[in-house]
Amino acid sequence: MELSKKEIEHIAKLARLGLSEAEKKKYSKDLSGILDYFKKLNEIDTKNVEPTSQVTGLAGVFRKDENSHPIDPEKIKKMIGQAPEREGNFVKTKPILVK
Amino acid sequence: MDIKNLTIKDALSAFQNKEFSPDELRSEFLKLIKKENPKLNAYLEVFRKAGPASPHPHSAQSADLRAMGDPQSSHPLYGVPCAVKDNILIENTRCTAGSKILEDYVSVYDATVIKKLREAGAVFLGKTNLDEFAMGSSTENSAFGPTKNPHDPSRVPGGSSGGSAAAVAAGLSVFALGSDTGGSIRLPASFCGVVGLKPTYGRVSRFGLMAMASSLDQIGPITKNVYDAALVLNIISGQDKLDSTTAPKEVPDYTYGIDDSIKGLKIGVPKEYFALLSEASGEGEGKGLDDDVRNAVNKAISNIKSLGAEIVDISLPHSEYALAAYYIIMPCESSANLARYDGIKYGFSIINKLKAPIGKANRGSSISRSDIGTKNLLDVYLESRGKGFGEEARRRIMLGTYALSAGYYEAYYKKALEVRTLIKKDFDEAFKKVNVIVGPTAPTPAFKLGEKTDDPLSMYLGDIYTVAINLAGVPAISVPCGFVNKEGNDLPIGLQIIGKHFDEATILKVGRNFENN
Repeated sequence: MELSKKEIEHIAKLARLGLSEAEKKKYSKDLSGILDYFKKLNEIDTKNVEPTSQVTGLAGVFRKDENSHPIDPEKIKKMIGQAPEREGNFVKTKPILVK
Repeated sequence: MDIKNLTIKDALSAFQNKEFSPDELRSEFLKLIKKENPKLNAYLEVFRKAGPASPHPHSAQSADLRAMGDPQSSHPLYGVPCAVKDNILIENTRCTAGSKILEDYVSVYDATVIKKLREAGAVFLGKTNLDEFAMGSSTENSAFGPTKNPHDPSRVPGGSSGGSAAAVAAGLSVFALGSDTGGSIRLPASFCGVVGLKPTYGRVSRFGLMAMASSLDQIGPITKNVYDAALVLNIISGQDKLDSTTAPKEVPDYTYGIDDSIKGLKIGVPKEYFALLSEASGEGEGKGLDDDVRNAVNKAISNIKSLGAEIVDISLPHSEYALAAYYIIMPCESSANLARYDGIKYGFSIINKLKAPIGKANRGSSISRSDIGTKNLLDVYLESRGKGFGEEARRRIMLGTYALSAGYYEAYYKKALEVRTLIKKDFDEAFKKVNVIVGPTAPTPAFKLGEKTDDPLSMYLGDIYTVAINLAGVPAISVPCGFVNKEGNDLPIGLQIIGKHFDEATILKVGRNFENN
């Protein structure tokens, strides 16, 4: 199966990855080869098989609704301080909605 | 002092006998690393100053205990040097994950395993190289250059914990931590001739480990022998309220009974693991099992038999589908986990590039200063991620995004999860008949640098024996089982011993018996 350039561009946009033209070509080839290999799974009938997304058997692990993990202000400074644009203790981003 | 072959046990008894102090040992290791690391590139960063990275031996509490004469009773790894894979956080030190996108990232807190090692008195020597975000089988995907195999520097150390395995194999640390999502501890342990243990999923907290595939990742020890692996597992295991997937199970002393006889133990040998074509005869076409590996593993199995264990032929019928299922599930989870690196919160960002004065960070870049006002949020994402992630990380993000996208989810992701159920069932059935399962860790010994970098699928095929273990969540250990000579160099081979959920004790016992005989 060959992925078209349009499909690659669509996936790259969903994944928020900027790709060059050469990279689009390369990933189209790579991904097609790997996807072909995945076809192997179609040899198995899984009609009556439940999916397994985790193997611990644990479910509904909750903690008390309280501040159990206080973070000291110095750490907050160090965390926020790694953002490229900030204002006080806030991370600044470009607007999502543009007029 | 010869520190290259020093085990944890050796170090502790040398401290006790006052042959040398933890401080002396640490500075000897720093000297050795300075001399030998440039050849191997096992460490990305070395903690030369006793700062926040390795304060424990100097803390007031341990000084008091020293004064009482027995520091080791409550600090079981007191003064023992270790190396840490660079995707595990140590507070106030850089953590790069082998990626340009985190080149300058500084950890704000300790991972739970680091906290536990700190409390046990371990000393951190530095951070080790890895494939970017632990994505790879050779450590060639690191943004900071590949690590070389200490047994033959023209070959890879395996991956993704290649730096940790090479550091331990070259004697540049007493032990190391790695992480294992589809073989990333066991494969490099096999290629470098050291012991590597992937614990049961849920045994060790993943808090502070950079997430790759959250339902598969586990942290584990890389050590010089099986006994040391048990010692480290004792420290790092246990339930953690900061990782809700850790099991509410008590942690036994894994060294207890480790030397007991394995007489009567049932050892399963899956026929599927040996059904692969012969690599040497050329029939394998890169998908087969190397004859030397086959022979070494068969010899190891007869050794285990001669120790009184019973060898049982078993079948894991869905083995051949594990790799395809893994290479769907892992990229799907990874593509979601790697969404956090967005150029907004921390790490590499196109915004910083745009802010930097022309001629400095922008040299050679195609971005002009006039772009700064015109970039919108989407551009920040696209360019930060497009330029920050390396080739394999982007390949897996693309693969995962495709497999999860509308119209393909059922055909790929759901199908793979169903196959995962069958693979897990295979192990459940097998463990009704046997106590442990053995086979090769990898189909070949270490391959040449650059040999597989152009063909991602051929690289993935090296994980054929390790990925099913992560899908099933069971524990497995790789133990050295001999050498093969390739082009004048002796290359190590690993024996993989697989256990039942939370039965690390039995695989450690089998491994220990094997290495002692």
